[in-house]
Amino acid sequence: MSHLIDIRDMYKVYEIGAEPVHALDGVSLAVDEGEFVAIMGSSGSGKSTMLNILGCLDVPTRGSYLLDGIEVAARTRKELAHIRNRKLGFVFQNFNLLPRTSALENVELPDLYMGRLGHRARRERALSLLARVGLAGREDHTPAQLSGGQQQRVAIARALMNNPPVVFADEPTGNLDTKSSIEVMKLFSELSHEGITIVMVTHEDDIAAYARRHVVMRDGRIMRDDRDDGGVLKTQDEVARLVKEALA
Amino acid sequence: MNPLAIFRVSLKTLGRNPVRSFLSCLGIGIGIVAVILAMAIGQGAKTMMVKEISSLGDNLMMVFPERRNHGPVSGGMGQGQTMTAGDAEAVKRELAGLVKGVSPQVRTTVQMMYGAKNWAGNVQGVSTDILQISNWDVPVGRFFTDEETRRAARVCAIGTTVRANLFADEEDPVGKTIRLKNITFKVVGVLGSKGANNWGQDQDDVILAPYTSVQRYLQRSKFNNINMMNISLVSMADLDEAKRELGALLRQRHHLADYQDNDFETRDTTELMNTIGSVTGIVGVLLLVFSVITLVVGGIGIMNIMLVSVTERIREIGLRMAIGATPANILVQFVFEAIVLATVGGAAGVLAGIGASHLVGGLAGWPVLIEPASAAYAFLISTVVGLFFGFYPAWRASRLNPIDCLRYE
Repeated sequence: MSHLIDIRDMYKVYEIGAEPVHALDGVSLAVDEGEFVAIMGSSGSGKSTMLNILGCLDVPTRGSYLLDGIEVAARTRKELAHIRNRKLGFVFQNFNLLPRTSALENVELPDLYMGRLGHRARRERALSLLARVGLAGREDHTPAQLSGGQQQRVAIARALMNNPPVVFADEPTGNLDTKSSIEVMKLFSELSHEGITIVMVTHEDDIAAYARRHVVMRDGRIMRDDRDDGGVLKTQDEVARLVKEALA
Repeated sequence: MNPLAIFRVSLKTLGRNPVRSFLSCLGIGIGIVAVILAMAIGQGAKTMMVKEISSLGDNLMMVFPERRNHGPVSGGMGQGQTMTAGDAEAVKRELAGLVKGVSPQVRTTVQMMYGAKNWAGNVQGVSTDILQISNWDVPVGRFFTDEETRRAARVCAIGTTVRANLFADEEDPVGKTIRLKNITFKVVGVLGSKGANNWGQDQDDVILAPYTSVQRYLQRSKFNNINMMNISLVSMADLDEAKRELGALLRQRHHLADYQDNDFETRDTTELMNTIGSVTGIVGVLLLVFSVITLVVGGIGIMNIMLVSVTERIREIGLRMAIGATPANILVQFVFEAIVLATVGGAAGVLAGIGASHLVGGLAGWPVLIEPASAAYAFLISTVVGLFFGFYPAWRASRLNPIDCLRYE
């Protein structure tokens, strides 16, 4: 069976000054459908570069990347835009909602670019997704009228709009307080249980504990790739120990 | 993404920043006001001049018998006695392809009487062709006919000034009999008013009667001569050919030997028309320069705002790209915004320009004329300006890298 995400021997080299910087230094990773992966590591470990390439926002210097069976390397900007639109959803640390735009319109946005649904169907789907993330009745609120946790839930609804096979999350709780963080992570857990594939970057052990697979990176390499046994989640302490061992 | 949806996004974005949108429209708007104003005044002036000249006649060419000196006494223009109504008929017959109408004209000044009122005025003896040649219309009653001309019937059409001086306001002059030099003439129609001509002469102070009747009853001349011929040409482009043919015809009819000079002269409105043409030409060039300068200034204003807008909304651009906007989607969105700004400014400018034209025209007493075509032209130009000056900022936005946009602080 082919993997949903399959990267092989991937390099990303930045030419900064005389010394080339290897943000990714020969990484291979395969993610199957339904997995909930946390990519961990300190800043500069290459985890964000990895996520940007996985999310087709950036292109690798070398290496192959198959997403849902399609080779993503060597695509035009337009083709990459279509892949981002149809194959994946994004959740950012700072939410990235359009300001002064209602929650409903923010959620509808991906389908505006895809043009799959008519006006009415698009609205209905966006409303049901808002209800799914617990924001029924808030569809007319603008981001300024929503709390951080609510904004991030709007962003999650938006990521799900085009029904993508995978959702990428970049430090999704980095700008949230503890209570909102827990709400958002519970939502991710539920989505994962519904079969949605999630790849998340985080450096927080408690957040990573919600994931069922932990990939620890350092200096552009994967140091540890650990799946939870039998679906039993690791505790925060177990995750912390895992990271500590990996980087020792 | 369909263009309509992108268009709605553009409108919404502009609506979120009303003050800025208004200010960036303003430059284009003021430019368009200036263009409309200049066009309106230019067109108004041109129309007024053309109207005055064409009230003289339609492609008019006039032929006068040349002045002849009788010993020490110089005759005035049109006082020679060599030209006849037969010449006029011959011109109409022989130059058929070149002329639309030919009317002989005999003139006399008479005392006119009706009831207790009287008035001294000008009677012109003409043929029915004069209606077309001099752009007369006959709103009341009718004009005299060719048949009446042939039998020298004592009928006439009166100008509005004559009517006002001979008849009470409520009286219908049609069918009434007036006396000219004590000879009775029946009024068959009242001429439409033309007002004063370029020289301030009242063109409505006139009676038109068949030239045959004027010759027989009012001039009582033993000669068959006429004072002038009014000719309307099919086209002013044929003027030179018409002059040549007319000269040959009249020389032949007047039995002039090669060594003899012409015994007639021609006049036409070409020179006046040429002057108008050059004035409007200058106005046109000024207008063009004016339009280009103001619209470039307005366009740069829009470009400036759009560049600021792209930088300011760089995270929005990054986000849109991240969730699937193609470079073309981004390009179209920003170009649309620029076009909307320019056309809204342009439309407001057209409206304000129409208002300003009437205001300026009213205050200064100038005629203003706004052709729908020039309003449409101004509107179209503003759209083109929006497209032209909006393209570069939009293109820059579309070339951005999504990851750089999302990281931009």
